[in-house]
Amino acid sequence: MRLAGKTALITGAGSGLGRATAQLFAQEGACVVVADISQRRAEAVAAEINQTNASPAIGLQADVTQGQAVSALVEQAKSAYGPINILVNNAGIAQIKDLLDITPEEWQRMIDVHMKGTFLCTRAVIGDMIAAQWGRVMNTASVAGMTGGPQNAHYAAAKAAIIGFTRSLALEYARSGITVNAVAPGLIETPMVKQGTGPAAEKVVDFFIRRIPMRQMGTPRDIAAAHLYLASDDAAYVTGQVLSPNGGYLV
Amino acid sequence: MAGVAGRVALITGAGSGIGRTTAQVLAKGGADIVVTDINLAGAEETAQAVTECGRKALALQVDVSDLHAVETATTQAHRELGAIDILFSNAGIGTQVAFTDMTEEDWEHMFDVHLNGTYHCFRAVLPEMKTAGWGRLISTSSMGAFTGGIRLTHYCAAKAGIAGLTVAMASELARTGITVNAVAPGVIDTPMVRKSPERWVKKMTKTIPMRKLGQPEDIAHAVAYLASEEAGFMTGQILSPNGGSYMKWC
Repeated sequence: MRLAGKTALITGAGSGLGRATAQLFAQEGACVVVADISQRRAEAVAAEINQTNASPAIGLQADVTQGQAVSALVEQAKSAYGPINILVNNAGIAQIKDLLDITPEEWQRMIDVHMKGTFLCTRAVIGDMIAAQWGRVMNTASVAGMTGGPQNAHYAAAKAAIIGFTRSLALEYARSGITVNAVAPGLIETPMVKQGTGPAAEKVVDFFIRRIPMRQMGTPRDIAAAHLYLASDDAAYVTGQVLSPNGGYLV
Repeated sequence: MAGVAGRVALITGAGSGIGRTTAQVLAKGGADIVVTDINLAGAEETAQAVTECGRKALALQVDVSDLHAVETATTQAHRELGAIDILFSNAGIGTQVAFTDMTEEDWEHMFDVHLNGTYHCFRAVLPEMKTAGWGRLISTSSMGAFTGGIRLTHYCAAKAGIAGLTVAMASELARTGITVNAVAPGVIDTPMVRKSPERWVKKMTKTIPMRKLGQPEDIAHAVAYLASEEAGFMTGQILSPNGGSYMKWC
């Protein structure tokens, strides 16, 4: 039980990577707050965990782009399980689109969900982490944030920004017992990959798999395991780093 | 989590410091350990510690710069503990010499131990990993490979060489079930670092955002993660526990 006695808040935990991370954290003894923009999905994942694990989970609805919603989320989480010790900023969206077809609204939405959401959630929990002199913030970058990719300008920009944010925050809190790191998934089998890539999903996925040296997609468990390592006491000296399970796609 | 339970791990330079602590951490995770070091007494002490964790250990005196010695050791290890599943190539030296004072021997010795030593160990264990269709090769680079360091040209060059070897091997082996990754320690509180003048250590500590040296455990746990079943999609990566001293773009 590597996270016994800890409370973890995971955004976008109603599916995919967030869901797998929530499940693994609960198995490792953390009380888990499953946050998602969909109330139904958040509650479903919490119910799954409560059926199978010793550690409890609660499902809460929140749109991470809304300051008030994030404050309310953290308050509800604290009244359930006490101050947040571990935050996984995982909520994200994907879209494959030529630059000229990206509307200003789509651009803004991409930046808001990833960047503003990460900022708001981190800001809402960091005070308690400072008070406890212990905290873990894990942000979700992407290999796309490091390599870029065609029809991916807004997504890659948002993901690269998350890396800059991660490093600055790591330095700011290096002496407060708080580590701040990012996980940069390669191509992982999730609902987002299927939805975000639209009708061409199969073609897009094939295109990328041919470029992954392992010739396979990762699974949500691969990302959850990276988060678990970073969340644990084992990674106490690791901060400002980007951990990238990507099958050798980017080395 | 399956972690490293039931695996056989070979660790070089395991007679002290990071190598010794990693042997203990992997043993606690359920692995048997082949403990090699150029100093047999150190290796035997580590083997004793592994045994106390309830796992099998084999202590061997090995100079990693000697390919024949490495091959002999892996053959014996295979005979006594079974095929090697995990290699942690950790043996290293940390001399400081100004570039203008550096002899050809200083330079060659540094490369013999670090880069050739890593190459020798990879080469010796790879065939059995290929047969098994599963393996974890973990090398030891250094934060210094990316930042440089004064009186450390030979060290930084060798450690950067290890990073190159690691990423190239990762690509080459990506479809074989074998992952290849490196740890790149920051300044860690080990006998190797403690050999430096106290003044240097103090000065160095002030430059670390966390304002403290890392402990051997910090690296051992990073190795344990990379060695685990769960890190199967991680390959060609360099994991650097360094207290925030260096944040690489990737």
